[in-house]
Amino acid sequence: MTAYLLRRLLSLSLSLVAASLVIFLVMEVVPGDPASFMMGINADPQAVAALRTQLGLDQPLPLRYLGWISGLLQGDFGISYTYRVPVSELIAERVVISLPLTLYALALSTLIAFPAGILAASRRNSASDLSVMGATQLGVAIPNFWFAMILVLVFAVNLRWFSAGGFPGWEAGFWPAMKALTLPAIALALPQASILARVMRSSLIDTLNEDFMRTARAKGLSRGQALRRHALRNALIPVLTIIGLQFSFLLAGGIIIENVFYLPGLGRLAFQAITQRDLIVVRSVVILLVFAVIVVTFLVDLAYAAADPRLRRRRT
Amino acid sequence: MSTNPTDRSFLRMAVGHPAFVLGFVLSALFIALALVSFIWTPFDPTRLDIAGKLKGPSLTHWFGTDHFGRDMFSMIMVGARVSIAVAFVAVGIGMIVGVPLGLYAAARRGSLLDEIIMRGNDLVFAFPSLLLAIMITAVFGPGSVNAIIAIGIFNVPVFARLARGAALSLWTRDFVLAARVAGKTKARISAEHILPNIANLLIVQGTIQFSLAILAEAALAYVGLGAQPPLPSWGRMLADAQTLISLAPHMALFPGFAIIVTVLGLNLLGDGLRDLFDPRLRRGR
Repeated sequence: MTAYLLRRLLSLSLSLVAASLVIFLVMEVVPGDPASFMMGINADPQAVAALRTQLGLDQPLPLRYLGWISGLLQGDFGISYTYRVPVSELIAERVVISLPLTLYALALSTLIAFPAGILAASRRNSASDLSVMGATQLGVAIPNFWFAMILVLVFAVNLRWFSAGGFPGWEAGFWPAMKALTLPAIALALPQASILARVMRSSLIDTLNEDFMRTARAKGLSRGQALRRHALRNALIPVLTIIGLQFSFLLAGGIIIENVFYLPGLGRLAFQAITQRDLIVVRSVVILLVFAVIVVTFLVDLAYAAADPRLRRRRT
Repeated sequence: MSTNPTDRSFLRMAVGHPAFVLGFVLSALFIALALVSFIWTPFDPTRLDIAGKLKGPSLTHWFGTDHFGRDMFSMIMVGARVSIAVAFVAVGIGMIVGVPLGLYAAARRGSLLDEIIMRGNDLVFAFPSLLLAIMITAVFGPGSVNAIIAIGIFNVPVFARLARGAALSLWTRDFVLAARVAGKTKARISAEHILPNIANLLIVQGTIQFSLAILAEAALAYVGLGAQPPLPSWGRMLADAQTLISLAPHMALFPGFAIIVTVLGLNLLGDGLRDLFDPRLRRGR
């Protein structure tokens, strides 16, 4: 297990280095000089040059990369060109919205998908199976931002149960804040729940066909008992992978939904920074999200290896 | 008509597969709308008619009019064209780049290049695709071409991984061994024996990726980074509808339905093809 852990840690750090290099280089080829962008079109060339020096833009490429990385390691993401405040502050402000939104959506998606997937798998080809499969087909076909608009139309404009957007802040109290996140979380959760339910169903069907399930039935367990005690745990592995992937997808995927609901989260920060060419903010958010994806994938892999010794052997 | 008996049984089975038939009909409907839009639309989709703006569906304007009085049905027809073009080319890029990479990696399994290709794939997968697509289009300018590139990049690892996985299992088969004994090079075996045997898989995945690309294009256009005006696009129609949602809900409903029906059709088509191509599943039905 230790050797496995070391090998995985090495490949984790290699991925992080590769990802940071890619992000850094992409930001380098971006047309447009941030200094002249900040100063406006009519800026004095001397002032622009001074600002370039101040921002460290005149240093050679490898030095700037190393400077960026060593800053990152100390939690210093640099200063935003447009907001003129440390990027780490901006991100910290936004994460407290995006992360709860992601977890909320993930919880909803799991709560819907598990019962639906289990029901469909245990009554294969029944009417309930067909309706679950039909609903999930529809669920993956609906664009989440369109679904978000419909939710606003029904629950905010017509029924007036929720506000159409905005975020009161956690200072306003836990429940008002959660209420503001509810419609966005539902919109985000719908396609994810559909995918998860389908994975749950097919994984469970595969497990139900295994020999050990016949043994469990033969030793006298009822269908439900066999399902709960033996099938579910074995069927969970692919489901966990998808949940891990969905976590990172939701964290970044909020970008559109946050725009629909005017939520000041990470996605909206990134989107505004992209349109304003605030490259320091863009690359910080992107590396953070990539970091989250890589670490979550790593943790999911570890969880498997802990659960299933067969998976510790080197992948071929 | 084909005289090949396997083809005919395939057709008969296809007709008897309700999901496949529904998917085929919906996809064909969407392609037909796009094709017809080249020669005919009920109205000119760019013609403004401020007096007749925000009208609900009627016999003249089947899907109503938007905030500039443009005919929504005509806009959806032309929008189908944009969606197809972007999605088709983006998936095409993914296949043309990804499949050879995957085949190469499988043929040289365990080599340094195999390792580099696969780790590169993992890296692309780790990037939040929508965020990167937004970044690419924002940096290199919004528009259909950059949307295609942004979506296409994320299709490359999908096809590379699929092709490699499928090819690896084929490399252990006897007929490939026979071809190697006959002195064929790895590249020729990949092209002549491996590729035809994984074509079915690639077609199925291509259909699914096509529907994902349509969703991605709509999302990009929705945030203003897809096809640019005056070219109508489904995503931008939804963006226009957002502020007017309480006043003119039809502006949001119809483009949304267009996206859903198209994506649903393509997904059903893909699932149906998978069932039909896989004899084991076929018997199981």
